[in-house]
Amino acid sequence: MSAPSLLDQLPGLGDDTRRLHAPVRLALLALTVLVSLLLFASTPMQGRVDFVVFVIFAFALVQTGVSFALEGRRHALDRLVSLLVHLALLAAVVPLVSVLSYTVYKGLKKLDGQFLTHNLTGLGPLDTNGGEYHAIIGTLEQVLMATAIAVPLGLLVAIYITEYGKGWLAAAVRFVIDVMTGIPSIVAGLFVFAFWVIGLHRGYSGLAAAFSLTILMLPVVVRSSEEMIKLVPAELREASYALGLPKWKTILRIVLPTASAGITTGTMLAVARVTGETAPLLLTSFITPATNTSPIAGKQTAIPTFIFSQIGLGRPANYDRAWAAALTLIIIVLVLYVSARLLTRRNTLTRR
Amino acid sequence: MSKRIVAEDVNAFYGSFRAIAGVSLTIEPNTVTALIGPSGCGKSTFLRTINRMHEVIPGARVEGKVMLDSEDLYGAGVDAVAVRRTIGMVFQRPNPFPTMSIYDNVAAGLRLNGIKNNKVLDEAVERSLRGANLWNEVKERLAKPGAGLSGGQQQRLCIARAIAVEPQVLLMDEPCSALDPISTLAIEDLMTDLKKRYTIVIVTHNMQQAARVSDRTGFFSLEATGEPGRLIEIDTTERIFSNPSEKRTEDYITGRFG
Repeated sequence: MSAPSLLDQLPGLGDDTRRLHAPVRLALLALTVLVSLLLFASTPMQGRVDFVVFVIFAFALVQTGVSFALEGRRHALDRLVSLLVHLALLAAVVPLVSVLSYTVYKGLKKLDGQFLTHNLTGLGPLDTNGGEYHAIIGTLEQVLMATAIAVPLGLLVAIYITEYGKGWLAAAVRFVIDVMTGIPSIVAGLFVFAFWVIGLHRGYSGLAAAFSLTILMLPVVVRSSEEMIKLVPAELREASYALGLPKWKTILRIVLPTASAGITTGTMLAVARVTGETAPLLLTSFITPATNTSPIAGKQTAIPTFIFSQIGLGRPANYDRAWAAALTLIIIVLVLYVSARLLTRRNTLTRR
Repeated sequence: MSKRIVAEDVNAFYGSFRAIAGVSLTIEPNTVTALIGPSGCGKSTFLRTINRMHEVIPGARVEGKVMLDSEDLYGAGVDAVAVRRTIGMVFQRPNPFPTMSIYDNVAAGLRLNGIKNNKVLDEAVERSLRGANLWNEVKERLAKPGAGLSGGQQQRLCIARAIAVEPQVLLMDEPCSALDPISTLAIEDLMTDLKKRYTIVIVTHNMQQAARVSDRTGFFSLEATGEPGRLIEIDTTERIFSNPSEKRTEDYITGRFG
């Protein structure tokens, strides 16, 4: 007789019939809710939020307990952890969805053709009409200019760091870019204010705002482009060199197109980030009720500063305008993001 | 089109590490020459010195002479980029450009070197794809991405891409090591075909492959890890596999070492 094998001491494979099926779990949940209702009616416990939290904790306890008794330790732990994971997912998604849906709900009240095509000139504090036309113009012009400066510059810096830079200079450039990432936006605004608006006597303008936004965009563009360029396999460069293509052509025609999807995503994140910037604009383009289509001279309202100024006025009509402007801002960022993704959709690194 | 390669006392370095030492050999035109040897013996490094791809790696350099007919590839005033245009290369893993279609992949070398005439490009693409024995499989879907082909097809696409610029020599660095036996056979047949027009040098780990496709075989080896790799001997494939003059070659061929 051989010694009993270790396998014989483990539970059999067919021992899995006693399970907590979905209807049973639903019944458990219903029971928990019922008991909680009774408890909230008969004891000093009260409040809707308190009730929901109480039910969640009670259900977690009850289900784990029942599962432990019926299915054993492993299944009970599995149920507990999957409950926690789903709760965590909910906790992450709920704020996001509520911010979006609440903005849509509040914003739609005022967002109409009239609001999109008028500015705020000639309005008294009690008027409820007027619109954000001037602010949309301002945001589009400023963000466009900032992107037009920051993306080519950032891309060139990223190419320098990854492809050409060696030694202390590349390290220094990378260090400066890292430091720039941490610059508070108000400081970027203050710098442009002191240097350009006051120092060079250029005054408030959309261009000054674009400069401050460029300072904020540049490090994001550089770092994300750098990461994407590094992801391009060395084999592709070698294939290109082996065809007799010089390095600059390899970078321009092989490396950049291959990395373009990622570069676009990084760039759009940077654009989205600066589109909502308020602080630097207050110091560089300021606020005006009038439409100023000139990107290079004169005060210019952008959507964030429009929201800021409206909230400061504090009447219901102002709040409605602010919500509608907030919705416009979200839509602008969304449209920019989706169109950029569509432009580069074919060029992905995923299919190799 | 095909040219003779003569290497004289070639040494290749990665930083201060000498990877190959004193390699001298002659590669005849219109032949397939196989380079075999254990891992780390420098056969791939030597291959990359022939088209000056070795120096692409930071810190890498080459000493010695590589002659293409009468031209010294490492001579003063010789442009490495021009050398690579003359000597094509196929790599271990198929590496078609992922952003390009099949057509664009084959046309890439010509187009990026400034040829824009569509008729010329069309002809070159068809000729190269036929040359790489791939035309019949892809002629209906030239506009589809090259990355969508099977591994063996991708490797033949890379061969088509390399011969599209009409090189005089074709270097192949373990071109079949990532492929299944059927694709390998397709590429081996192709090599026999291609040597009518090109000088072919192939690095391989597969001795049967060397025996099947090559006319001459060079055996590389190294004394110990950390030592540079050296060319032990080069001779006709028949002689190397039946009656090599060096004991070490025989040990390697018969599987007693390496």
